[in-house]
Amino acid sequence: MNKRKLIIMIALSATAIVGAMTSCGKKSGLASGMAEKSFVPPGQLDEFYAFVSGGFSGQLSVYGLPSGRLFRVIPVFSQDAEKAYGYNEETKPMLNTSHGFIPWGDSHHPDISQTKGELDGRWIFINENNTPRIARIDLTTFETTEIIEIPNSAGNHSSSYVTENTEYVVAGTRFGVPVPQRDMPIKKYKGNFKGALTFLKVDPKHGEMNISFQIMMPGFNYDKAHPGRGDSHGWFFFTTYNVEEANTLLEVNASQKDKDFIAAVNWKKAEEYVKAGKGKWMPTKYAHNIYDEKTHSAKTTWKKRVLVLDPSKLPGLVYFLPTPKSPHGCDVDPSGEYIVGSGKLAAEITVHSFSKMKKAIKDKMYDGKAYNIPILKYEAVLAGAVKQPGLGPLHTEFDNKGNAYTSFFISSEVVKWKLKTFEVLDRKPAYYSVGHVMIPGGNSAKPFGKYLLAMNKITKDRYLPTGPEVTQSAQLYDITGDKMQLISDFPTIGEPHYAAGIPASLIMKNSKKIYKLEENKHPYAVKSEKEARVVRKGKNVHIYMATIRSHFAPDNIEGIKVGDSVYFHVTNLEQDYDVPHGISMIGANTSELLIMPGQTETFVWRPKKVGVWPFYCTDFCSALHQEMQGYVRVSPAGSRVPLKFTLDDEPMK
Amino acid sequence: MRKKIFLFAILAAVTLACGEKKTPAGTSSNKIIDPKTDIGVGSITSVTLGKIDDVMATKGEKLFKGKCSSCHKMHKRYIGPSMANITKRRRGEWIMNMILNPERMVKENAAKKLLMEYSAPMANQSLKKDEARSILEYFRKNDLKK
Repeated sequence: MNKRKLIIMIALSATAIVGAMTSCGKKSGLASGMAEKSFVPPGQLDEFYAFVSGGFSGQLSVYGLPSGRLFRVIPVFSQDAEKAYGYNEETKPMLNTSHGFIPWGDSHHPDISQTKGELDGRWIFINENNTPRIARIDLTTFETTEIIEIPNSAGNHSSSYVTENTEYVVAGTRFGVPVPQRDMPIKKYKGNFKGALTFLKVDPKHGEMNISFQIMMPGFNYDKAHPGRGDSHGWFFFTTYNVEEANTLLEVNASQKDKDFIAAVNWKKAEEYVKAGKGKWMPTKYAHNIYDEKTHSAKTTWKKRVLVLDPSKLPGLVYFLPTPKSPHGCDVDPSGEYIVGSGKLAAEITVHSFSKMKKAIKDKMYDGKAYNIPILKYEAVLAGAVKQPGLGPLHTEFDNKGNAYTSFFISSEVVKWKLKTFEVLDRKPAYYSVGHVMIPGGNSAKPFGKYLLAMNKITKDRYLPTGPEVTQSAQLYDITGDKMQLISDFPTIGEPHYAAGIPASLIMKNSKKIYKLEENKHPYAVKSEKEARVVRKGKNVHIYMATIRSHFAPDNIEGIKVGDSVYFHVTNLEQDYDVPHGISMIGANTSELLIMPGQTETFVWRPKKVGVWPFYCTDFCSALHQEMQGYVRVSPAGSRVPLKFTLDDEPMK
Repeated sequence: MRKKIFLFAILAAVTLACGEKKTPAGTSSNKIIDPKTDIGVGSITSVTLGKIDDVMATKGEKLFKGKCSSCHKMHKRYIGPSMANITKRRRGEWIMNMILNPERMVKENAAKKLLMEYSAPMANQSLKKDEARSILEYFRKNDLKK
């Protein structure tokens, strides 16, 4: 090689390197530090958990931030064949409602439990819109452990937010509906339909929810909600739209009035009224489903009545704060002083002041009443407004430096503005049509203002196309500087509606690794292989089966007949972290089971054909996973083949 | 000229490799230590063996039947080796370390050889030190039988 060639070679390499760093004149991810900020090297852990709701998938997904890596999809309101949720006998009751078993839900607003206004990482609550329900997920197991149905509600949307000490989780109706439901003309909506705001008391120790009372509001639509905190603790705020009470073409007819309301609910007052016996018990029916970690099984309890408070007759319970143009987001800043109402169609963001509200109530500065509920004077409660911030404001979250961040759906951007002065500090585009934004702890007294997650409704050209349905997505911004910086895009399960984030350190130390066999109280559990057996009770056959790497006990079963219902009750005898076993049976009209160490799960198989039918382990468990299998011999109905069950050709008992 | 190119290549290699941490290679060994002295790897460095403690052995038997017998039988080779005469083949420390620390044990020496022979990894059943000790006592008692 001569000197000239060498120089050319070096020059070419240099060009290539520079080119890679600044491709097409745009700053690349490397050059602008994006990669460094969002990249978590292999083997290292993320700083935050993000619990992102699944919207119309009905589930809750768990991502790491800043990497955007997906760790788990927690099945909540929809069946999940991968995990047998809603398919196995143990979890089917979780999806019971007063309308029967419902295999799907629409999950929207996750909220993490709080103590003294700060995230405590014990449980996460999430609402289901379509068949109104609230679920609680245990953050030691990342499993849905409770689902309670909300009566007298429809399109359960202004839910499921918790108060400062998780005293209550709320569930507000979106639709006005007849209460109780009855046969009546739709046109008679106005004045006749109602809007229930439901307060569920949360047991401080075990987290169990119970409906304490419902405030039976006028039949407006209740859109979003957030609790007061600090001085405003004891209050809950709900945005309303359709105060016009239109029953058709809401797109036009619910936007007639210049202002709708934020309903300020004094729940401490409500407690007083309940104590004083001012509530009325109303007959109804709703399901309360609880999953017991010891029996590994869920049970439905049917509730028959609900306590109702009438705000038109109980003074001081509710006040209306006029808020322009169909407000959507209803967000309270970390201090509890500012209540931000985002009028979807307004040219500004309205910010109310809690201290001014208190004074206006004291001075009775009313602007009339609606259904006998006082409307406070707009000017008397207004703290200020963010002028010309963008188009279509939706939701606001807060950092720990006195700033607010609002999403703009129509102008597709995130806008940072200053509380107190209401001046716009920065704006960054979102790709595209951002709905909710989330800052870990961004709706608590103690936000962790490092990242902001934007959840987008449209992704179009941001990813490789996959036919008409393209991926759902979220975007992550670094918000530590004066200006926000977009640092990554990542695909999500559908629909990333809203999220709750929390430092990983608050959760991971409590994360359960196995279920202890000795604590297993499942009625069909086996604690050792010795207990494995098959029991016939008429046409029902119960297989008490054990699994451990890498065999089933028993694995040869004879004496099953066409027409039998064969219950596979399978206990995973492993007591080691991360060793689940699965099982599936040819022709079983259900999903596989996926059984965690120490857990028992059940599926039912109704054999229709004579033969020798195999089953096998579905979760790759060891080097001999492919050997983990067995046979069931099915004889004709009425045959006399004796019941026999063995392992290694030795009888199990 | 050749030298210069060579230097350039080295420089590039060094630059590229700088992000990777070096791990000492070949830490595990395949030595066969005399079973009479091999205590394995783990928190158990010495165990005192006296007269058989029947209460402890009974507790160990119960634990063994619940947590271990899916893979180990007394009378035959199964998923793992038969446990008959185990205390004659292995030191108490080795047995307890194998129960408490199997993931690390199978990385070298005798336990690694067993994994190669049986293919099924020794499962960690999350037992406590005193539980492992009881199982050892059960093995000792069992090995007294003729």
